[in-house]
Amino acid sequence: MTTRTFGERIRRIEDPRLLTGGALFVDDVQLPDMLHVAFVRSPFAHARIRAIHVDAARQHPGVAAVYTADDLGALWKAGPVLVAPPPIPGHVFNARTQFMLARHTVRYVGEVVAIVVASSRYVAEDAAELVELDAEPLPAVVRLERALAADAPLVHDDLPSNVAAHVVQTRGDYAAARETADVLIRRRFRYDRGASAAIENRGVVAQWDPRQRELTVWDTTQAPIPVRNAIAASLGLPESQVRVIAPFIGGGFGPKIMFYPDEILIPWIAMQLGRPVKWIEDRSENFVGTTQEREQLHDAELAISRDGIIVGVRDHFLHDTGAYDPYGLTVPINTQCTLLGPYRVPHYESEFTAVFTHKTIVTPVRGAGRQHGVFVMERLLDFAAAELGLSPVEIRRRNYIPPDAFPYDNEILYQDSAPLVYDSGNYAAALDKAIELLDYDNFVHTEQPRLRAVGRHVGIGIVSYVEGTGIGPYEGARVRVETDGSVTVATGVGTQGQGHFTTFAQLVADQLGVEVAAVRVVTGDTREMNWGTGTFASRGAVVAGSACHSAAVAVREKVLRLAADIFEAAPEDLVLDEGRVHVRGSPSRSMPLAQLAARANPLRGAVRPGTQPGLEATSYFGPERGSTASGVHAMILEVDPDTAMVQILRYLVVHDCGRVINPLIVDGQIHGGVALGIGNAFYEELAYSDEGQLMSASFMDYLLPTALDVPPLETAHIETPSPLNPLGVKGVGEAGAIPVGALFAQAIDDALRDFGVETCEIPLSPSRLFAALERSREGAT
Amino acid sequence: MVLQVPVRVRVNGVAIERSVEPRLLLSDFLRHELLLTGTHVGCEHGVCGACTILLDGEAVRSCLMFAAQVAGHEVMTVEGLAPGGEDALHPLQQAFRDAHGLQCGFCTPGILMTLVPFLRDTPDPSDDDIRHALSGNLCRCTGYQHIVDAVRLAATKARAQGDA
Repeated sequence: MTTRTFGERIRRIEDPRLLTGGALFVDDVQLPDMLHVAFVRSPFAHARIRAIHVDAARQHPGVAAVYTADDLGALWKAGPVLVAPPPIPGHVFNARTQFMLARHTVRYVGEVVAIVVASSRYVAEDAAELVELDAEPLPAVVRLERALAADAPLVHDDLPSNVAAHVVQTRGDYAAARETADVLIRRRFRYDRGASAAIENRGVVAQWDPRQRELTVWDTTQAPIPVRNAIAASLGLPESQVRVIAPFIGGGFGPKIMFYPDEILIPWIAMQLGRPVKWIEDRSENFVGTTQEREQLHDAELAISRDGIIVGVRDHFLHDTGAYDPYGLTVPINTQCTLLGPYRVPHYESEFTAVFTHKTIVTPVRGAGRQHGVFVMERLLDFAAAELGLSPVEIRRRNYIPPDAFPYDNEILYQDSAPLVYDSGNYAAALDKAIELLDYDNFVHTEQPRLRAVGRHVGIGIVSYVEGTGIGPYEGARVRVETDGSVTVATGVGTQGQGHFTTFAQLVADQLGVEVAAVRVVTGDTREMNWGTGTFASRGAVVAGSACHSAAVAVREKVLRLAADIFEAAPEDLVLDEGRVHVRGSPSRSMPLAQLAARANPLRGAVRPGTQPGLEATSYFGPERGSTASGVHAMILEVDPDTAMVQILRYLVVHDCGRVINPLIVDGQIHGGVALGIGNAFYEELAYSDEGQLMSASFMDYLLPTALDVPPLETAHIETPSPLNPLGVKGVGEAGAIPVGALFAQAIDDALRDFGVETCEIPLSPSRLFAALERSREGAT
Repeated sequence: MVLQVPVRVRVNGVAIERSVEPRLLLSDFLRHELLLTGTHVGCEHGVCGACTILLDGEAVRSCLMFAAQVAGHEVMTVEGLAPGGEDALHPLQQAFRDAHGLQCGFCTPGILMTLVPFLRDTPDPSDDDIRHALSGNLCRCTGYQHIVDAVRLAATKARAQGDA
């Protein structure tokens, strides 16, 4: 019997291709007569372009073309705003998006000024060296705090200041409520994030076929359908003449959802020259050209009662959006909303100003601003707990939204323009489980005192967070039983390693009674699926998964109707199992799905009106709003006060993503998120000079965590099903990454409590921590 | 006329003879000349390890070598690990599948090629040994936990087979 696979640790069906080198990544696309592109990028953070001299490059042997903005004609225009700001009353949003190529002004190091097309990448780079950018360097605004100074250079001189956006959201009346609080905790927090650093860089390959009159584009995008639509619109083609394929993608983590000028320029060049064209980003380009996350500066205040009940929070923050703001307000709105966490905050006043700086563009990176908000709230609670003599555990427990309060309305708007309403959760249960699994009380009361007595600086941390996941608008899926008995599923989302091939196959296999291995999933090919938006906001399993499920249910009904006719049986008496349909209790009255699929597509004869051929169905799913995942992370670490090096002794995640489709895959998602969070907390930093040069633009300077830096990871789950989708699932892709900075800070402060260290900044680093220890030692003498 | 140098090399057991530009990287030679695209390129400065291949049985980074340097040597890429294809995975590949040791799979070929000589030389590794062996390969997806699990599983199975 085919067993139900929902909830089982199913091995991934996509793995054999990936393990043998047989999977297609964008740079693996090889086409006859293909040309290769190298970009000429600005070495200045801010400069006025006087001229770009390209003659020498054009004459270089092997060069097919060189383009600057002047060569683009009508194509030279500003890119789209990808995400419109939510309709928050009174908000200011100054949309400034990047042009196809910089023409008069460059606004960050790495902005593309010219394109060289040649017979090989080697030749293209030779010729790119010959392009001379004649530009007048101008003062740059780099530091967040400087962006709003009266004398700050303007990133966009048609605006009166560097304000990109200003948003206020409130709940209740914080100003009045704070007067009733017993204690006010006020701090300044700085939270910086860095590069997504997917191991595969970005890339685009384009081919125009003049006979088929079709443009095919292979693209490392997380959003193949919107990219297809944008290419079609920009190049004056109907969407059906453009096919975008996002094959296997070597990690996404957010920036591959962005829409970049090269995604139009490479196809345009392929049409201009009538030859296939490839551009593959190298790592140094990735550090400056691919979007990043960045810094926020928060001035926050927590008003709280003597018994540790939150009265309200006020938070004013600055958000660095880089040189342009094509992704709207998603990142700072996520910060604003996620700060509230799993807690009842009756009064909330949150105001942010997003500012332009002369740096690479900021768009979501795994977590997408949620980290910053969680850090502020969790730190405020930690400091309040210390002030009130409560444990970090107790202050959180006293403020959780109780399990019977869902749906819970936070009375502000989320990034998807829907009200920030949590669908379900049980936060205390996750906390209890973490305490139990970590043996928290034993550590705090017995183990830690014992270790400290022998001079070891060990600390423990425990934090909570929520994550808005699985937002709309919608995704679709088409499920088809093939005449060989296999099942094909097509969906519009791109996939970057999340296990979609397996997860979606499980959902379909369960409905149709076939083996998971018999289900072939196609993602990220616009020829296979015409509608959808992409992979972001931890929404693949929730939104596309629900669409796969619905389409499979519809096919199942078709199978049952057809078989009921054939067997002259009632549909409810039929069983789908092992790739066959049979009449219950009568196994001889049975037919393979393959045969049924052929019968569903007759070549001759009359067909009943209103029926559709084939065992195929397409369904769409759009949630009313996002589902809210949550979790508790806890860690024990040790700090060497002489070197300020940190060793993580235990790391535990208790997570609630609703019903779990495949625990193996979910654990993997959490592990990867935690590793990224550890990098953010302690190792990775995009260090800019005052001139706007990125000083850490290589993997020798920008330190991704290695297998020695990420500890063994323990995971556990609780399940509060989401009522917002038929599967009861919530997203999990970003969860691991979100609370790590806050957790690190709490555990480090605990380990170094003798030194009175108070961590209000992430990333830390051994040298930052060492400086903090030195300051503490100086203060003590 | 661009200078070309001859390269005779065995790749995955097959004798290859080509003329290449002296500056052609080994990684580009394998990927774009021989179309062995299983070897991936992540950083081109020798840090990420995605391009790791075996040169005379030892793990090296193909982005840090020129194609011309491998003349007269033996190269093995990920395509050589399972000559029988997807249905006949190498035991290490199988263990990666069983333990969910890969997600996007981009760094995976380099990690496999790093670990093959490691397990040959260290058949009974501790978790600490495994993490040290892995520390020159960057993975952004897995957090390494399931990779460590996979290597331990492969080593345990290999020893069990050796005992049998």
